[in-house]
Amino acid sequence: MFSLERWQEIFETISKNKLRTFLTGVSVASGIFILVVLLGIGEGMQNGVEIQFQRDAENKVSVTGGVTSLGYGGLNPGRDIQLVLDDFYTAVQTSDFDIEFQSPLYRVWSGLASNGSESGSYRLEGVHADYQFLEKASIINGRFINPLDQDLGTKNVVIGNRVKKDLFKEKDPIGEFITVSGVKFKVVGVYTDPGGERSEARIFMPLKTAQRIFGNGEDIRTISFTLPKVSDYDLALYQSQAFLKKIERQLRSKYNISPVDTSALYLSNNIESTKEIYTILSTMKLFFWGVGIATLFAGIIGVSNIMLIIVKERTKEIGIRKALGAVPMSIVGMVLHESIFVTALSGMFGLILGLLLLESVGPFIDTEFIVNPEVNFNVAVSTVIILIIAGAIAGFFPAWRGARIKPIDALRDE
Amino acid sequence: MIEIKDLHKSYKVGKNSLHVLKGINFSVKEGELVSIMGSSGSGKSTLLNILGMLDEADQGSYNLDGVPIKNLNEKLAAQYRNKFLGFIFQSFNLINYKTALDNVALPLYYQGLPRGERMDRAMSYLEKVGLADWATHLPNELSGGQKQRVAIARALASHPKVLLADELTGALDTKTSYEIMDLVQQINDEGKTILVVTHEEDIAQMTKRIVNLKDGVIIDDKKVEPIRASAHV
Repeated sequence: MFSLERWQEIFETISKNKLRTFLTGVSVASGIFILVVLLGIGEGMQNGVEIQFQRDAENKVSVTGGVTSLGYGGLNPGRDIQLVLDDFYTAVQTSDFDIEFQSPLYRVWSGLASNGSESGSYRLEGVHADYQFLEKASIINGRFINPLDQDLGTKNVVIGNRVKKDLFKEKDPIGEFITVSGVKFKVVGVYTDPGGERSEARIFMPLKTAQRIFGNGEDIRTISFTLPKVSDYDLALYQSQAFLKKIERQLRSKYNISPVDTSALYLSNNIESTKEIYTILSTMKLFFWGVGIATLFAGIIGVSNIMLIIVKERTKEIGIRKALGAVPMSIVGMVLHESIFVTALSGMFGLILGLLLLESVGPFIDTEFIVNPEVNFNVAVSTVIILIIAGAIAGFFPAWRGARIKPIDALRDE
Repeated sequence: MIEIKDLHKSYKVGKNSLHVLKGINFSVKEGELVSIMGSSGSGKSTLLNILGMLDEADQGSYNLDGVPIKNLNEKLAAQYRNKFLGFIFQSFNLINYKTALDNVALPLYYQGLPRGERMDRAMSYLEKVGLADWATHLPNELSGGQKQRVAIARALASHPKVLLADELTGALDTKTSYEIMDLVQQINDEGKTILVVTHEEDIAQMTKRIVNLKDGVIIDDKKVEPIRASAHV
């Protein structure tokens, strides 16, 4: 394998059989290329889904009021269920579990905000301080709404990065005032959110302020919580379900909702969706690996075929070599060495080509479902190694057959 | 140099067994130039294949330079071929993507010689057969006579004990045939033992001894005064 003589012999053979070598190389390179691109897209889809999913804390549970679909306790269907702030406090006080983060939410779907001549329409959300963590928002500049803001009902707002870009361009917005629906607010912070543009086109303010200016008494839209993380998934799922169940029971009894009415309260449990998403992700990964392995297999068959043709084509040459003193193992070594060298070289070529494509085109792919397609380098290298080993195995049998050729038969072969 | 006793060989052809060699007794001393003659089917090629260790006898003994050639595995056969024998074929059997020089150097590669030494020695044998200027040419750029000269250089390069030539002039015209035989006689004059299988009478007359084979047995084995090929060129 490391003999310089053998290498010289290989290079000589390859340079004299350029077309044959090229064709073998193309089949291997395209196999690896397809595999790499496929795995890249798979990775991109996974990234996309994960980002979609990471918009909020992964252990967040929340309850939102809806509209009843069934009559119950003498009340008509079609009744709006309007949660109030008390529902939030009741849920906190009666909880059987420690609560990590907690916040009610009051939402105005669209509010016109302006700073001088710049203006835009954004979602307005009145929240408590913990909401930052429920939303996984991170502060770029300034601070989030704090408990003091809530207690005093200050007119302080935290704006999303999108809002900051629209209204302030490159200027520092901290301490500046914006007008929202005719009322002046002071910007105290700018946040970014992994949910992307849409999640960053929001303006947060203290719940009390939102209720006072835009709301109706103690009305709120949603109550959200997280329980402290536990490493055991099943335990986390159990806790979150029990916690949510209790809130649901209380609300159903308070608002006279039928126990089988599914549209009166929207319950969301991210831990449950985590499981679904991870199932989808792992299925998807499995699928891409399946397709990748099938491609690889096709590549191996191709290599094996070509090696068989090579040996067949070189039958006479092998006979001559044997008559001149080549031992069987040197024939095996010669064919294998050449095939492994060609496979490795073209495999690397296909790999680099695939990575280059992902690198150059990847950043321009603009969909929510494929984000930053890339291939884990270890995965790519191990596929090349697998291909080389498989190519060697595929090449071994033709090579062995070549070595078994009796020189007397080979020399007769015209 | 070569000692053969009671050599038998048969081939299976379908259900029948074809007895090709029926007890050959034959010996060749160092420096001899022997031709083995016979019509097709006489068993001369089979005998040469056994002598060349490309085929194995069913029965009988074969000694080459004092080494018994028996029950060889493929590896040992290959090593013995490389060490003891030089082959010259009717169809030249040059490797067509290698230059004349590389073809001549090939048996030396299997002897494990370093590249520089291989090339020097191959070049000296190409000079010997008069093709030094053609060293970098591929076989398909050479004439039939030139190809056979390259093949002879290749057979000589590994310093074999015996040269085995199978119808070495079969693919050549008369004039070229005599030129090649002239070269063979020169090599023999230097002391090399050479066996030539042929069915051409004029070629056989240029060797020192003619062995006639018919239906698997030697019917005639006589020394002759060789006709010098150079007289006809």
